Amino acid sequence: MKKSKLLMIVGSLLLLGLFVFPLWNITLEAPQYPIPLGMDIHINKFEDTHEFDIKNINLMNHYVGMQYIPETIPEFKIFPWAVGIMVVLGVIIGLKGNYKLFLAWFIVMSLLGIAGMYDFYLWEHDYGHNLNPKAIMKFTNPDGSIMGFQPPLFGSKDILNFKAHSYPRIGAYLMFVGMALTFVAFVVGKKESKD
Amino acid sequence: MKTIFKSLLSITIVSLVLSSCGNGGTSKKGALSSSAAEKVYVAPGEHDEFYAFVSGGFSGQLAVYGLPSGRLFKVIPVFSVDAEKAYGFNEETKPMLNTSHGFIPWDDSHHPDISQTNGVLDGRWVFINGNNTPRIAKIDLTTFETTEIIEIPNSAGNHSSSFVTENTEYVVAGTRFSIPYPQKDMPIEEYKGNFKGALTFISVDPEDGGMDIKFQIMMPGFNYDLSHPGRGASHGWFFFTTYNTEEANSLLEVNASQNDKDFIAAINWKKIEEYVNNGGGTKAPARYAHNVYDEETHTATSTMRKEVLIVNPSEVPGAVYFMPTPKSPHGCDVDPSGEYIVGNGKLAAELTIHSFSKMIKAIEEKKFDGEAYGIPILQYEATLAGVVKQPGLGPLHTEFDGKGNAYTTFFISSEVVKWKLGTWEVIDRKPTYYSVGHLMIPGGNSRKPFGKYVLAMNKITKDRYLPTGPEVTQSAQLYDITGDKMELLLDFPTIGEPHYAAGIPADIVAKNSKKIFKLEESKHKYVIRSESEAKVVREGNEVHIYMTMIRSHFAPDNIEGIQVGDKVYFHVTNLEQDYDVPHGISMIGAQTSELLIMPGQTETFVWYPKQVGVWPFYCTDFCSALHQEMQGYIRVSPKGSKVPIKFTLDGDAVDAE
Repeated sequence: MKKSKLLMIVGSLLLLGLFVFPLWNITLEAPQYPIPLGMDIHINKFEDTHEFDIKNINLMNHYVGMQYIPETIPEFKIFPWAVGIMVVLGVIIGLKGNYKLFLAWFIVMSLLGIAGMYDFYLWEHDYGHNLNPKAIMKFTNPDGSIMGFQPPLFGSKDILNFKAHSYPRIGAYLMFVGMALTFVAFVVGKKESKD
Repeated sequence: MKTIFKSLLSITIVSLVLSSCGNGGTSKKGALSSSAAEKVYVAPGEHDEFYAFVSGGFSGQLAVYGLPSGRLFKVIPVFSVDAEKAYGFNEETKPMLNTSHGFIPWDDSHHPDISQTNGVLDGRWVFINGNNTPRIAKIDLTTFETTEIIEIPNSAGNHSSSFVTENTEYVVAGTRFSIPYPQKDMPIEEYKGNFKGALTFISVDPEDGGMDIKFQIMMPGFNYDLSHPGRGASHGWFFFTTYNTEEANSLLEVNASQNDKDFIAAINWKKIEEYVNNGGGTKAPARYAHNVYDEETHTATSTMRKEVLIVNPSEVPGAVYFMPTPKSPHGCDVDPSGEYIVGNGKLAAELTIHSFSKMIKAIEEKKFDGEAYGIPILQYEATLAGVVKQPGLGPLHTEFDGKGNAYTTFFISSEVVKWKLGTWEVIDRKPTYYSVGHLMIPGGNSRKPFGKYVLAMNKITKDRYLPTGPEVTQSAQLYDITGDKMELLLDFPTIGEPHYAAGIPADIVAKNSKKIFKLEESKHKYVIRSESEAKVVREGNEVHIYMTMIRSHFAPDNIEGIQVGDKVYFHVTNLEQDYDVPHGISMIGAQTSELLIMPGQTETFVWYPKQVGVWPFYCTDFCSALHQEMQGYIRVSPKGSKVPIKFTLDGDAVDAE
């Protein structure tokens, strides 16, 4: 088998890791939580880092009027299908061996990824800003606007007594490596076709 | 002549040591030069190296300290009610204090001992004896709570207890007082020959620690003072000190101090176990409570047991022997190898050490010196390993460091003395402040001592602390024993009278410590798992309130339809599933304690409303930023009122069933 085809197949198969490993993680540190609270985001569920973490995040957040983290969201139905279809398509394209399609797959996957991040941002924004008007504690920014509690999309941020960390997890890294491999597959495939 | 010179010399040395320590500034200087402060300093946020479980004596409880810091972490209620934790006050734990004499809210807790596997501390349970109304309790070291108490029938002054065998096969309880067996109305002066002393062997289930009296050995009517198991080669034997072999029944301080020698009773429990397993012994009627706290229902039950298996020692030849030991021996301590049995003759001038191998040889060679009530008395010289000469005054207890040294407390001369096993020479002596009773080296009565510190527990403190009126604190003192000479590091006050302690490296226990109880696993009869299940149910004049608590409110928090003369049960569930978030609750006028409820736990208290009105309840543990808002009201109407049962949270009303 050509090297490019193999790279394309392996690259798309690495996405299967998303069915096993978490995609993203949000961790909250505070003095009262020497063991931080954390939530792992999978493509199909939210999961406690330590048992009952999400329950305890909700309990903390109710003081400032944030909504409860839902048991499930519509995206959890869509994401597994999207990833599954991309894996199957990737393997088929890989077997066929048209390097131009490798690039097309890579572009589609990148667009899906960006759409996913945007969706995540919208949810986070709503979660951090759409506060209960009867919130126990209300905070304002120095400019007088109501303080939001949106966790960072990527990176770390201080929110009141908490330090929030938002970073990809192994599922996401496998996806990044897989996508990179499909791009390499395109470059190698192009070179192979010229030889 | 030589001996006289030697003893004169040693007395001079002793007085030099004592006087140098007595002159105030010296001890301070000593501490600085050897940085005693550094040795006991545990920096903020750091953990201690050892747990010390220190008995509370007449407080009836067991206190948990850290060593070397001497910081108090918890007082575990065992034999006495504890309003702080609702132990003996809430409906769940009241059965724990049930006995054949009814509900007993107090006892005198003495000798904690940690469970062992292969002669090494395993850190699963602590056992401790109640001295007054004879009981043995088991504390679970995953929750640090008392989970089982078994009453000991035919026993009185449960003092030579609660020591465990090498694999926690048995926890042993011996009687201090001998009493008529079976109990009967008889003249006290007919004690001699008629009273009996029961030694009780309680089997421990290796899985769940469940206790059950396997057999009681009905011994002659002496006082059985202390005991320890054999280990290593002597595993299978148990040794008890006796006093009052005179069998006096009055003015014991004189009449029980007449014999030159009392006995250490050596019991081959393996032999008796075999005898019992083959159908030996007599089933006798008895009445004793067995109280078990169920971890799943969070509720204790008390069962009255009706029978006990009695073994008469003369029926099992070769199972029981007496080793003569000078002058009312108190502590009975076995060294880590199991070879040496130390009899701390509290009125003797010397410390007597018996040899297990010599004892076996003496038995084989029938080196007997008569018998007492059919039990062979071994010749004193035949079992003697050696004596520690002029060790001090009033020896009480000995522990071991695992490096060939023994440490004995002397009550009258107020000191701890270090001496060498085998050569019996005194190596060092250090004063205690004052009148030391027990001492403890973590694992110091097992095959594997952790010989870094010795903790001496004092009966008297006099001027050692700021005065607090006529009643002053009792104390413990920590000594570094890593060097040739002991070094006093720390004094710290204790809860009640520290009769004995058990120590263990913290890492063996800490990793198993539970953080929360899982709500979904609770099988409490009145558990509710969400606010939507909260309800108030009237059954005649009994009202059951099923209530939840979570930061920072109760559900329901407004209750109406309660009447004067009702019996109101608060069944309160803490819905939290986060570490260290307990909530408390108390109701105005409740004739009981608060409840302090751990995450995932349900507890119940009873309230008898006596006055019409609207009465508050509130959270008693500062649980959160909105703790002061965590409160509620109950409307109490006159008896026979038409006000219906109604319970709400934030105006959201749900009608009663």
